[in-house]
Amino acid sequence: MSALSPRQIAKTTLGAARARGARPGRLLRRAGAWWRQAAPPAGLIAVLIAGWEWAVRAFGVPPYILPPPSQIAAVLIADRAILLGDATVTLAEVLLGFAVAFVVGVALALAIVSSRTVERAVYPLVIASQTVPVFAIAPLLIVWFGYGMASKVAMAALIVFFPIVVNTVDGLRAADEDLVNLLRILGAGRRRILLTIRIPAALPFVFSGVRIAVATSVIGAVIGEWVGATRGLGFDMIHANAQLHIDRVFAAIVYLSVMALALFGAVSALEWAALPWRREGTR
Amino acid sequence: MSQNHARGERAKLEVCGVAKRFPAAGAAAGGPWVEALAGVSMSVAEHEFVTLLGPSGCGKSTLCNIVAGLFRPDAGTVRLDGALIDGTRGRVAYMQQKDLLLPWRTVLGNATLGLEVQGVDRAVARAEARDLLREFGLEGFEAAYPAALSGGMRQRVALVRTLLCRREMLVLDEPFGALDAMTRAAMQEYLLRLRSEFHRTVLFITHDVEEAVLLSDRIYVLTDRPGRVRAVRRAPEPGPRRATDPEVVRLKAEILDLLRGVPAGAD
Repeated sequence: MSALSPRQIAKTTLGAARARGARPGRLLRRAGAWWRQAAPPAGLIAVLIAGWEWAVRAFGVPPYILPPPSQIAAVLIADRAILLGDATVTLAEVLLGFAVAFVVGVALALAIVSSRTVERAVYPLVIASQTVPVFAIAPLLIVWFGYGMASKVAMAALIVFFPIVVNTVDGLRAADEDLVNLLRILGAGRRRILLTIRIPAALPFVFSGVRIAVATSVIGAVIGEWVGATRGLGFDMIHANAQLHIDRVFAAIVYLSVMALALFGAVSALEWAALPWRREGTR
Repeated sequence: MSQNHARGERAKLEVCGVAKRFPAAGAAAGGPWVEALAGVSMSVAEHEFVTLLGPSGCGKSTLCNIVAGLFRPDAGTVRLDGALIDGTRGRVAYMQQKDLLLPWRTVLGNATLGLEVQGVDRAVARAEARDLLREFGLEGFEAAYPAALSGGMRQRVALVRTLLCRREMLVLDEPFGALDAMTRAAMQEYLLRLRSEFHRTVLFITHDVEEAVLLSDRIYVLTDRPGRVRAVRRAPEPGPRRATDPEVVRLKAEILDLLRGVPAGAD
């Protein structure tokens, strides 16, 4: 029927796919690409810090207004035990709050997607709840949950709850209906369709929600600590600020930024590991 | 019914007066309806390769969906091996124009999907899939994700998945519609092997007259929407054919006339 055999057709595509598997060259190229991406912002940061150091010294800015980076670095080293201890407290609040929001949020998203009644009753409220400024109810949370960890966990959870629910609902609905029909024709039930199609299709959406949420959950915990706490980086900042230890405030900010970056990176790494099919298709 | 039973004695699939209509797109309940099928009757004998040929939108796919059990017919009956199919799923293996591979599963994971739904042991399913993937020139690609494959390879994985449903009756709804001509020709050869090596019964849908004439034992020509059977034609002779065989050329011309609405001559 044709001169070209199917095996020949397979071979041409085979060559292209095999070429991608050349290991050492690929790793080097990756490292090179990473460096090309990381070098410009790293250089800019170095220039900005040097400029800051120079400006503070040149204009004689008092350290209780703006300390030079070298002084902040000194505080980071000198107070590392206290800062690290407070950071651990804040990180625990963030992770717990995030975990609570994730479990409740995903469960609610599943309920919303599988029941029209739940969707009609709950989803408008979830959306409307976003008009309530979460920061405004922080004092209430302190009243209800006390000065301890619980109120900060609640704060972090409330802040990340919304992006998790909305992204998971969108993701569960994003499944290609033709794929769902394929499973139906094969004789699959609702449960199997959920596990085989809807949840895998939702994962990229869930991850993008989680990536946003995990950084903002740090904000939630810190706000909670500002309003009323006995420990944590936010508590540290408020006290240092009151005593005009601005270098200490900056040191806490450095810790918070590193924490948020690390969490973001951890989620991205998890996504990379959990969704191998996404990286194969795009690279 | 003289044309109706070709090879085997009993009909594998029997479609009797099937009608189906849908609410027009965007219409409110009780609004205008679109009639997709208006009393289609046809049959496929065991191990026969029967093609439904018709213009786009004539309800071919609707008929497939009814046979696959996705919809129930408004009127008429569909029987497979004598048993009624009325929204009954999982009795036939169904393949569509879109390959419908799950992007998050490897080639092997996609191929075993049907067996998995049937509850077949995972190791057994995987072994069976590996064998069949090799048959279809996909050896070495078991661990690849669909995004890394060409259109023809993806469609072959879909074909393997369809075959692995362990159903004798295959319903193929324009499976090669989205492929380029060369890949398509290769796929047609694979398809011919379905019957010679795998002994399946095939209901094939296409709007490509040549494809129909080259592959089929019998061809049902459908009318424009609402779909009805306009004519049935038997292909020249069993076995491989070429597009240039005089018999093939003659049948192609005749079917093209039928599709254009020229009244059938000696029917």
